[in-house]
Amino acid sequence: MSTLLEVNGVSVSFDGFRAINNLSFAIGLPELRAVIGPNGAGKTTFMDIVTGKTKPDEGIVRWAESAQSLLSMTEAKIARAGIGRKFQRPTVFEDQTVWDNLRVALSKPRGPFAAMFDRVTPEDRKRIDEIAGEIGLSGHLSRMAGILSHGQKQWLEIGMLLAQDPKLLLVDEPAAGMTTEERNHTADLLKRLAKSHAVVVVEHDMDFVRRLDCRVTVLHEGSVLSEGSLDHVMADERVIEVYLGR
Amino acid sequence: MGETIFTRNRSVPIFIGALALLAIGVTILSEAYGTGALSVSFTKVLGMTLCLCLAALAMDLVWGYCGILSLGHFAFFGLGGYVIGMWLMTARTEAVIRANLEGRPLPPTEVEVSEATALQIFSVVGAEDWPWMWAASDNLALSLVLILLVPGALALVFGWLAFRSRVTGVYLSILTQAMTLALSLYLFQNDTGLRGNNGLSGLQNIPGAEGIGQDRISIWFFWASALALGLAYLGAAWLVSGKFGNIVRGVRDDELRVRFLGYPVEVYKLVIFTLSAMICGVAGALYYPQAGIINPDEIAPIASIYLAVWVAIGGRGRLYGAVLGAALVSLLSTYFTSGRAPDVELGFYRIEWVDWWPVLLGLGFVLVTLFAPKGLAGLVDFVVRKDRT
Repeated sequence: MSTLLEVNGVSVSFDGFRAINNLSFAIGLPELRAVIGPNGAGKTTFMDIVTGKTKPDEGIVRWAESAQSLLSMTEAKIARAGIGRKFQRPTVFEDQTVWDNLRVALSKPRGPFAAMFDRVTPEDRKRIDEIAGEIGLSGHLSRMAGILSHGQKQWLEIGMLLAQDPKLLLVDEPAAGMTTEERNHTADLLKRLAKSHAVVVVEHDMDFVRRLDCRVTVLHEGSVLSEGSLDHVMADERVIEVYLGR
Repeated sequence: MGETIFTRNRSVPIFIGALALLAIGVTILSEAYGTGALSVSFTKVLGMTLCLCLAALAMDLVWGYCGILSLGHFAFFGLGGYVIGMWLMTARTEAVIRANLEGRPLPPTEVEVSEATALQIFSVVGAEDWPWMWAASDNLALSLVLILLVPGALALVFGWLAFRSRVTGVYLSILTQAMTLALSLYLFQNDTGLRGNNGLSGLQNIPGAEGIGQDRISIWFFWASALALGLAYLGAAWLVSGKFGNIVRGVRDDELRVRFLGYPVEVYKLVIFTLSAMICGVAGALYYPQAGIINPDEIAPIASIYLAVWVAIGGRGRLYGAVLGAALVSLLSTYFTSGRAPDVELGFYRIEWVDWWPVLLGLGFVLVTLFAPKGLAGLVDFVVRKDRT
């Protein structure tokens, strides 16, 4: 396992509020990592920084594969470098079919003229079918994404990330609003993906995190409070204080 | 799941067929080639309406498909008109000058002709020299190219600045209004080289067609307008039915998702905005020779707002909706504001449509927004798309 993403000494303030405070984080390939923490701990801001949505005031964010800093790159360029992001609220193209959603996400040239003259190749079809199978939407390819259930939309979005062919997947609260059965399915899916990808899952739900059975990073007030197995961090005095104290 | 422009846009064969039938019908009824049931002026109204439909089609591409509510698209329409207008006026005036100077013992030199032409065109604003922007006005081929390039360049620069700064939504709409207002105010000035509020006139006189009556010229322009609309419809349908169309609709519905899929959203917006501006330029270049005159009033902010209203009433994001909306509303507008509509006598008040048409239009807009938010073309869904799950 080699380091894929390295975040070092990153800080960012919004109007004097330190959302991220000297945060350091690293993940290798392949690896599954859960990031937990109370509200306002900086979990989403952390993802914003890695994906280029927010520029930090100081610190280093390095994409190890090309030894490149991500800080000077646009969101689109970072995405093309191999980082896929799933949002908390499912964001899929509701007005388009599941098949079209996946087709748009497929890893192919991203320029407008390439898109105009894009032809669906047999490999594209095969890949779309594969992904649809993986996310359990094989029977829904011709349906509009907008009429899928909440859980199916979450899976579709994960499927779109897969189609992008990323190295690193950042997944924000994938289990929110899901039934128990859907959660289990999602956890299995993420674990499967982590065999060949680096996957960072931000989650509130401890049962879900336990099910992921992976290394856990606890964020608090913008920095790493504790890191290790779930049992290890849950036994940490500071973590207990943050979650139960006050 | 194989997509061609026909399976994805079933309106294409119907639309092209209807347009062809209209063109044949108008030709049969025209004064020049048919029974003469349609007057020359009404033929021109129909031709001009097709040009407005073309502008509405362009508007639908940026607004209906990409979610960019441009309220400055008539600037591009007007620029197309000004570019062709410069050539028409120059060539026509020069021909007249040459005719006047004929029979002199010494034939006039080119410089004399050029100076006399400039004096003729610009004396109305107290000038006598060619402004720089008329440099291409003596060259038809170059003028035709500029019909695309001038609106395209303005859209490219404006769009690059706006999209790069991630200006979206209502702020972008206000910026586009400011753009068309600024252009119109600039053109209103006498010393900008486009004859101020006089505008360019006599555009219905086509150089080289002096012996040909307006009856024939009007039908030629009608055909040209129909051809342009048909080709643009095919092109637009092709563009939105492929992956490019999926992406721009994605930009409309969820810009962030498209960005995080790795697409350069700004470049896509710029491409469709510029393309749409060029289509508007062509529409304007076909419209003003039929109207005969263009002045800065044409690109006042209200014109672009009307364009958006037509598209909204017709129905966004389905191409034919924009065309139907533009045709219906602009023809009704002509009917009600030209004095043809009979006034309504209420006893205590007389409804004169010239004054009341904007109220009627506003009421129609409100009703469509409330009861048919997908526009009039949305009613088609009740008939056609029952099968969709």
